Amino acid sequence: MIHIDRSMVGLAAATLILAAAGGFVPDWLAFILTLALAKALVVQGVVLQMRAGLVSFGQGLFFCVGGYAVGMGGHFFGINDAPVLLLAGALAAVALAAVLGLLMTRYRDIFFAMLSLALSMILFGVLVKSSELGSTDGFNVHPATFFGLSFKTEAYKTALYLLTVLLAGGGALVLHLVHHSGLGRMWEAIRENEIRVEYLGLSPRWLLYANYLLAAAFAALGGGLTALATGHIDPEMSFWTTSGEFVFIALLGGTSHVAAPMVAAVLFAFVRTYAIEFTPHTWQMILGFVLLGIIVFLPKGLWSLVRSEKRAKA
Amino acid sequence: MKNIVQKTLAVMAAAGTLAAMPVHAAENGKFRVGVVTFLSGAAAGPFGVPSINGAKVLVDALNQGKVPAPYNVKGINGLEIETVVIDENGGATKQVEEFRNLAERHKVDAVVGYISSGDCLAISPVAEELGVPTVFFDCGTSRLFEENKTPRYVFRTGLDAAIDNIAAARYLVDSGRKVEAIAGIQQNYAWGQDSWGDFTAAIKQLKPGVKVTTEQFPKIFQGQYGAEISALALSNPDVIHSSFWGGDMEALVLQGNARGLFDKRSAILTCGESALDRFKGQASNGLIVGGRGPFGAFAPKNTLSDWFHAAYMAKNEIEPTYPAYKMVQAILGLKAAAEKAAAGKAGTVPGKDALVGAFSNLTFESVSGSVNMSRAKGHQALQGIAYGEYHYDAKTKKASLKNIKAYAGECVTPPDGTTAGEWIKAGFPGAKCGG
Repeated sequence: MIHIDRSMVGLAAATLILAAAGGFVPDWLAFILTLALAKALVVQGVVLQMRAGLVSFGQGLFFCVGGYAVGMGGHFFGINDAPVLLLAGALAAVALAAVLGLLMTRYRDIFFAMLSLALSMILFGVLVKSSELGSTDGFNVHPATFFGLSFKTEAYKTALYLLTVLLAGGGALVLHLVHHSGLGRMWEAIRENEIRVEYLGLSPRWLLYANYLLAAAFAALGGGLTALATGHIDPEMSFWTTSGEFVFIALLGGTSHVAAPMVAAVLFAFVRTYAIEFTPHTWQMILGFVLLGIIVFLPKGLWSLVRSEKRAKA
Repeated sequence: MKNIVQKTLAVMAAAGTLAAMPVHAAENGKFRVGVVTFLSGAAAGPFGVPSINGAKVLVDALNQGKVPAPYNVKGINGLEIETVVIDENGGATKQVEEFRNLAERHKVDAVVGYISSGDCLAISPVAEELGVPTVFFDCGTSRLFEENKTPRYVFRTGLDAAIDNIAAARYLVDSGRKVEAIAGIQQNYAWGQDSWGDFTAAIKQLKPGVKVTTEQFPKIFQGQYGAEISALALSNPDVIHSSFWGGDMEALVLQGNARGLFDKRSAILTCGESALDRFKGQASNGLIVGGRGPFGAFAPKNTLSDWFHAAYMAKNEIEPTYPAYKMVQAILGLKAAAEKAAAGKAGTVPGKDALVGAFSNLTFESVSGSVNMSRAKGHQALQGIAYGEYHYDAKTKKASLKNIKAYAGECVTPPDGTTAGEWIKAGFPGAKCGG
């Protein structure tokens, strides 16, 4: 029997409110939210690894695999159903992670970070040299159907928005349960003291292997949704700056709650789009100052605002 | 600490209010245009900044009604032009997001922009979906209208990159140079790969039996080309072709020149014109440069180009290069189409469908001469292109172009319905080169 706590009720409510809001918000806002929530899914994976003490600068690898699975599924294999494509992307990413994980789980700290970055850049290099896949220009993604139903443009965007909200909300719920399960606690224990975990008779390597696979699946889902929403994919998805953005958002939100990546991803999207609008020449500087501000004043991320309030009440 | 947290919250709340604030629709009696170009990153210096400077000069002059005829009507159709400037840096996903913002939040009447081919390919279906008249001013991918076969809202006033390379091959052969062995150095991404593919195919057609001695594909923004220059020099080709642009191109020219790479052989740079004033004598005389069309130093002398050159020089320190001309051409095309669509009803914004209807197959005057929107079902400009040799006068410290040879659009552009690759392989059927 699953114990239902306040966070879960909150998450479910937030998901329902977001889903319902899809009918009222203007299209541009729905699009920004779709992209932000898709990104939040990837960031969930990054946070998952951070909770186990690992920082990945190469999550773009699985993000890109998810995106290309959706694009290539439509182009070369004639699969056009969004849920099938997303599932295919997630499976492809997990399969790849199952191989790479054997190597990656041997490394920690900066070595893990650098190696993950290197692997994603290998995929970038391969894609850039593949002129059949459009090299750096990438290619367009065919519009997909949803469980066999096809929609016209307006309804298509709404359907995709709903799917993204449900996946982001559902994914967060699952991760919340995982974080509070024995496995989740063990990951935190590995972060705190890996040797002690070994003395408990557990293998940190295989625990981290599971963590790596789960993070890859989330990244691929995010990548697939991004590809469907944008309608175009290119190798930039696996470039290191893309992976850096995920780490940026993870730090922005903090790692203490599964809702944090979602809040941070949405805030990041808004800060960026308005920074571009108001200061087109210096928008990167604004983003930089925001991160600096968060690190200096809220070292545990945005979510510490919520936490500190709770503590003050108690 | 508590205080700071409260302040942060207050700022965030303010930001939230700002985000929720609806931006006024373009019903303020102005013609609103989204302008998208690189304002940061490696493409900003050589392309983005000259193009945005060109746009500023033109839009200011149009709003004051100071542009010579036939563009002496104030703004666009008598309405002041209001621009929303967006940075193109950051990848195609972000550009799609920003394009949707332009269309739906800013409610722009049209969008002009995009240098990166990847961005153009990603924006094209979105522009068609949202029904926003969109003018691509620079991106050169041949795939644009191969993928968007029935364009309605998407236009391109710049030329296809295949034309650069077909004309480059023709220039080399027509100028009677020794072309028996060729070598290439290209940035390893879509632009470089496509350029080299088109160029080698074209030169093999024009000069059967030509040998490729080496092809170098260093990664983009590498900056140091010591090894590649050695490989090129050792393979001893008659001609070196490069589609390098920006800082990479300048680095290649500087490093290659210092090592005598360009002595005793021809070298052709398809994007060379954008650095004409920046070489400052550090490039070897006789280097063949292109400007991706009749732009920049290749622009013909006419009232509009003379006016633009003077107006640009009054506000900027260096000469306008081809990206500035191409941007101006895109905006002039939009203005011509909008005014034709308004059909004499000054002071109104024409309907989007009327605008795109008027734009397709339009012939308009530009800083590069007459532009014919006659390809890709009336959505792609057909224009000539020219190549010339770089010459630097140490006394006047001015660079100039010699031995310029221009090719008509019909000579170097594949007919509709044929891809550039197919057309070159078939031996340029129907090309009209006028001797």
